Amino acid sequence: MSVVRFWRNQVNRYNLEGTHCNSCDEYFYPPRSMCPTCRREGELESHRFEGKGEIVTYTIIHSAAEGFENQSPYPLAIVKLDEGASLTSPIVADPEEMYIGMRVKPVFRKLGESGDKGMIYYGTKFAPDKND
Amino acid sequence: MRDVAIIGIKSTKFGELWDYSFRDIFVEAGLGAIKDAGISGDEINGLYVGNMSGGQFVDQEHIGALIADYSGLARNLHIPSTRVEAACASGGLALRQGVMSVASGYQDFVVAAGVEKMTDVNSAAASSALAAASDREWEGIMGATFPGLYAMIAKKHIHKYGTTSEQLADVAVKNHLNGSMNPISQYKKKITRESVFNSIMVADPLHIFDCSPITDGAAALVLAPAEVAHEYTDNPIYIKASAQASDTIALHDRRDITTLDATVAAGKRAYDMANLKPDDIDVAEVHDCFTIAEICAIEDLGFVKKGEGGKYTEDGYTAVNGQIPVNTSGGLKSCGHPVGATGVKQAVEIVHQLRGEAGKRQVENAEIGMTHNVGGSGATAVVHILSNKR
Amino acid sequence: MSVGIVSYGSYIPRYRIKVEDIARVWGEDAETLKAGLMVSEKSVPDLDEDAATIAVESARAAIENGNIDPVRIGAVYTGSESHPYAVKPTSTIVAEAISATPVMTAADFEFACKAGSATVQSCMGLTSSGMIDLGMGIGADVSQGAPGDALEYTAASGGVAFIMGDNESEPIALIEDTYSFTTDTPDFWRREGSEFPQHGGRFTGEPGYFKHVIGASKGLMEKMGTGPEDYDYAVFHQPNGKFPTRVSKELGFSRDKIEPGMVITKLGNIYSGSCMMGIAATLDQAKPGDRIFATAFGSGAGADAFSIKVTDKMEQFQKYSPKVWDQLKDPVYVDYAKYAKHKGKLKRS
Repeated sequence: MSVVRFWRNQVNRYNLEGTHCNSCDEYFYPPRSMCPTCRREGELESHRFEGKGEIVTYTIIHSAAEGFENQSPYPLAIVKLDEGASLTSPIVADPEEMYIGMRVKPVFRKLGESGDKGMIYYGTKFAPDKND
Repeated sequence: MRDVAIIGIKSTKFGELWDYSFRDIFVEAGLGAIKDAGISGDEINGLYVGNMSGGQFVDQEHIGALIADYSGLARNLHIPSTRVEAACASGGLALRQGVMSVASGYQDFVVAAGVEKMTDVNSAAASSALAAASDREWEGIMGATFPGLYAMIAKKHIHKYGTTSEQLADVAVKNHLNGSMNPISQYKKKITRESVFNSIMVADPLHIFDCSPITDGAAALVLAPAEVAHEYTDNPIYIKASAQASDTIALHDRRDITTLDATVAAGKRAYDMANLKPDDIDVAEVHDCFTIAEICAIEDLGFVKKGEGGKYTEDGYTAVNGQIPVNTSGGLKSCGHPVGATGVKQAVEIVHQLRGEAGKRQVENAEIGMTHNVGGSGATAVVHILSNKR
Repeated sequence: MSVGIVSYGSYIPRYRIKVEDIARVWGEDAETLKAGLMVSEKSVPDLDEDAATIAVESARAAIENGNIDPVRIGAVYTGSESHPYAVKPTSTIVAEAISATPVMTAADFEFACKAGSATVQSCMGLTSSGMIDLGMGIGADVSQGAPGDALEYTAASGGVAFIMGDNESEPIALIEDTYSFTTDTPDFWRREGSEFPQHGGRFTGEPGYFKHVIGASKGLMEKMGTGPEDYDYAVFHQPNGKFPTRVSKELGFSRDKIEPGMVITKLGNIYSGSCMMGIAATLDQAKPGDRIFATAFGSGAGADAFSIKVTDKMEQFQKYSPKVWDQLKDPVYVDYAKYAKHKGKLKRS
């Protein structure tokens, strides 16, 4: 991904900033600028998610995505945040630890990099929340 | 709206076609379909070509013009040619564009085709191109692969409905058996559950044998107004319904991870348009890019109850001699999955079935068939219902 | 001086490698090394961790532990000798990730193992002068030690963030005074573009560590008119266990005073954050009124000494903040091959 394209959503990725529709009270992460329920009548405002959530489903990726080769095998999950929005994220956990329904919390990690000389991309991943 | 018929079909062999270029395969398919229809080039009013990623696979855009040119339809005839793209549903969408054009009366004779040349790049580049069908910014960047997304659907299906890895494997076993009887299919080797379990894990619970391969191939259809179809062929196949639906681009935004709502919506629209029910379908080609995808498809199209797709597959319900034979061509799994061509090849197979020329994999007395083509992890679904009766 | 630590937070990766596993690869005797270095294992970063992610995690812990409004932070300084970029600040990544941006200043520091304490001193100056409300000073490293080098047994990963403020901001510990001792002594260096640091072997001892740590420590006590008996705890930079043990003895601090801060044994040397981690571990168990003497050392070379006095705000703070020694519990051990991969010593072609 190009530097500019990543930078544009950098704050969203760093701090789980999404949006919330004031009209129907639905939360969105990744952020949306149009509420799919209210459409034109929607009133969107930015919202920072608490970051706690639950694993809806997961897989252990053995054949890695580009840039993730070093981390294979790695758990990837759909996480439903407590406010209601769902997102896709690697889970910083051992494959054997994973289960549907597991509580997770956000962690700050490297998401990738453009080779040895390019930009490093940082953002939020999730890890098991053992205190929850 | 006019009724539309398919009067000519052709699919190239599917597989790793090292000796043939992008241009070679679409010319073979297009020319074959035109010959099968018995029409001449100057009768054609338009081309619709499904192609997912010429840009990434062969570093070529402007596919519509290229195809018209090399098919001999550009320099003298200047026939309009349009590329359509909806990831792996590009082919189904090309068919639908052609159907809409003929049905509206805007054009009379149309070629609907699909083509993908995937093996000119290495498999890492091919996987990366395919990943562009998901949400690049919020799935791909986060480490999701295509098999990974379908693996998460499978994991949830297993968790929610008790579907088993054996049942997933049974989809592959059945489709390889069907593929072994199809002259164009990429794989002609029968496999067993053990072959699936012994193959490498790609994304738990999906093994490599749960995944469709990387394939080169092209397929084409000639469409005509139904009222003149008999002038060209003895066995026209009629389009009874053409439907399409959209859903969220990212899997994580779906209402239910185990249901492809776009499939449900497109299926419902198609049944309503044709005034038919799931029970009326004699044979179906569904989008089995992964084994779990076929299980979801037969549920979401209403052939079996939600959650029971695995069990029905295990019981042989979808075999060639079952209640509702699914993927007699071998499906994406065994016949191969040249992404832009797949949706068109599905229609080619259904036409073979409805014409009664499917050889060893022929479904007895097949009169009504369905094609179901999916883009991405379910953001686009295209469903067609075909019949040999008008 | 009316400036102090308003909050602090630390982060230690969950992976560890034992000295035995490194010694086995290089054919050295683990028991001798363990006794000599007084280190039994060291922390190892995850594959997707670097000094920036570690700095962010420790900065976020400091914000959370002290329940600090990040907008109040007027400066973020990160000390490290493993900044992920040669040019482009780690501190802007941290500042953005804690939402302290944009009305603030940021810069990266490097002074071998004392870059962290240098950020703390800078924040002291900015807050006590009234230039900013609160300042964040961080020491974070994924320390480098060349394969087979003596440093490989200790070079570890972790980070500590201190939020500094003046008296008005109700510090949990006051910095009574600070004193620095600096000379140009080439005992340890890493050239631009080099992967691993080089060092002067035994030259790092007397002319490096001991001269500067003792210079700064004695200087501060003389300046303040205090002696070892006035302090309940002491922390000295921990390149290994032996150096701080010896220096504390020479300065007259009893063994029990340095014990709470001796994280080196289980953590290793986290370079820029080493002394700060020792201070954090000591603050974790200090009581209001306790005084802590701390001296950080950085090769090159210099030492920063601090006299710290715990306030009565500490009791409340300790109720909710995770402890350094607790973070050292229940690690996941990795073997040398995995460690080499995590550290990028083993690269996929």
